[in-house]
Amino acid sequence: MKNCDYQQIDPKVVPTYASPSHIGTRGPRRVRRKWEVFPGKNRFYCGGRIMMAQQSGVLPLTLGLILVTTGLFFIFDCPFLVKHLSSCVPVIGAVLFVFVFITLLQTSFSDPGILPRATLEEAANVERQIDSSGNSSYRPPPRTKEVLINQQMVKLKYCFTCKMFRPPRTSHCSLCDNCVERFDHHCPWVGNCVGKRNYRFFYTFIVSLSFLTSFIFGCVSTHLAMSTTQQKHSFSYPHASFLWFRVMFELVICFFSVWSILGLSGFHTYLVASNMTTNEDIKGSWSGKSGDVATNPFSHRNVFVNCCSVLCAPLPPSLIDRRGILPVEEESAQMCHADIQLPANKNQRNMVGAPAHHPLCLKPHSKLKAELAAAASACLSVVKVWLSG
Amino acid sequence: MAETHSLQDLRQQAAVAAKVFIQRDYTNGTLCQFQTKFPSELETRIDKQQFEETVRTLNNLYAEAEKLGSQSYIEGCLACLTAYTIFLCMETHYEKVLKKIAKYIQEQNDKVYAPRGLLLTDPIERGLRVIEITIFEDRSLTQ
Repeated sequence: MKNCDYQQIDPKVVPTYASPSHIGTRGPRRVRRKWEVFPGKNRFYCGGRIMMAQQSGVLPLTLGLILVTTGLFFIFDCPFLVKHLSSCVPVIGAVLFVFVFITLLQTSFSDPGILPRATLEEAANVERQIDSSGNSSYRPPPRTKEVLINQQMVKLKYCFTCKMFRPPRTSHCSLCDNCVERFDHHCPWVGNCVGKRNYRFFYTFIVSLSFLTSFIFGCVSTHLAMSTTQQKHSFSYPHASFLWFRVMFELVICFFSVWSILGLSGFHTYLVASNMTTNEDIKGSWSGKSGDVATNPFSHRNVFVNCCSVLCAPLPPSLIDRRGILPVEEESAQMCHADIQLPANKNQRNMVGAPAHHPLCLKPHSKLKAELAAAASACLSVVKVWLSG
Repeated sequence: MAETHSLQDLRQQAAVAAKVFIQRDYTNGTLCQFQTKFPSELETRIDKQQFEETVRTLNNLYAEAEKLGSQSYIEGCLACLTAYTIFLCMETHYEKVLKKIAKYIQEQNDKVYAPRGLLLTDPIERGLRVIEITIFEDRSLTQ
């Protein structure tokens, strides 16, 4: 066993670049979190706890439709139905509405399963392994790697943006500019991608929404039917035209929602039962288009087990660690990456009175001043030489 | 912990000779498993059996985290009934096992890897893509 020089190092001995004492000499620094430097196109709120796609899509419309329709139902239909039918009606409606609202917010605001981009060393390692011949073209042809998964060949593609081979079932969302695990689709109605981590929220959302819209549709139709079979004065509203407008609005919204949402729920139930994603279904990854009998290697061949593995499996953690504190080396690297090529101008920087920061870390306007000063002094020296010559 | 701090100082003060990346093994699907193939760069530093045992234990721990058993079904059904709001107040099974994994890696670093000039990085810090092993320069050779 070699006697390596790796004994317990006293942490108080030498303050390193990232040690607290070094930070202390530079003055108080605001703690920055990883979400502030996240490379993808996402928006973060509440200190990184809530995340969404860059464009909220039609999420406000989704919320508006749900709130308005449910609101009208509670205000106008519930009192009548409680009196003439049952007092369970508003309770069931409330429970369904709460389910829909909470799962919608969870789908929209949670991390869908974004894979963080590869570090520089990882990317270099992968590049070295693929391209040892030293390919000089700017964008080499798409690189793929074949792996055997459950006795079936699956191709893994290289992601040029994230600089890694995408794991199976992972896809890069161009709208969010992220690789998402078990990518299903990017849903504009919820304003976020649907992937491994939020698929169960999305599925519960559409199933409970289909129940809610069917329930409201049924209640409004019952209200209408019961009202017309009763006496004329059952229309106790001040304006009959408003009544008809409201009823038509609710019926139309619910009718179209019922068919589309029920259809979507049915489709996703099929996907869950066969352990497939929308992305794979659309691309026909497992339909055996090439002529070979291609089956889904991720399916457990049992509907119940498939459903449980998709909906009841342990919730995976978020891999992007949005609330994590940004290490100081990374932060300086982010700030200084544009200044690394200016070591020669260090003296000029001091001459123009640049603030006393770390030599490699200047703000852009100081860098410009330094460059101008350097250019000016160079010109002056040339002029001096010419004049003396 | 003083030992943790010393490992971080090791990371910053000792010169990094190389980094080895243990890639994921997808033969059983998308479960988090790492390849047990022994990298050639580590041949002079550590025993093959020791390395394989570390990776195999990590694989078992990740399999435990993602296991579909009665506990995960109950947790899943309960979560569904509460519209998944219990995830806001409760630590999930996966998170509990991740803590166990972090502790195991810390222990392996302290007992096995740091004395040999190596450092394991917890895969969760690399998005569960790779196990990064940092090889530090062997100062005893340069002295």
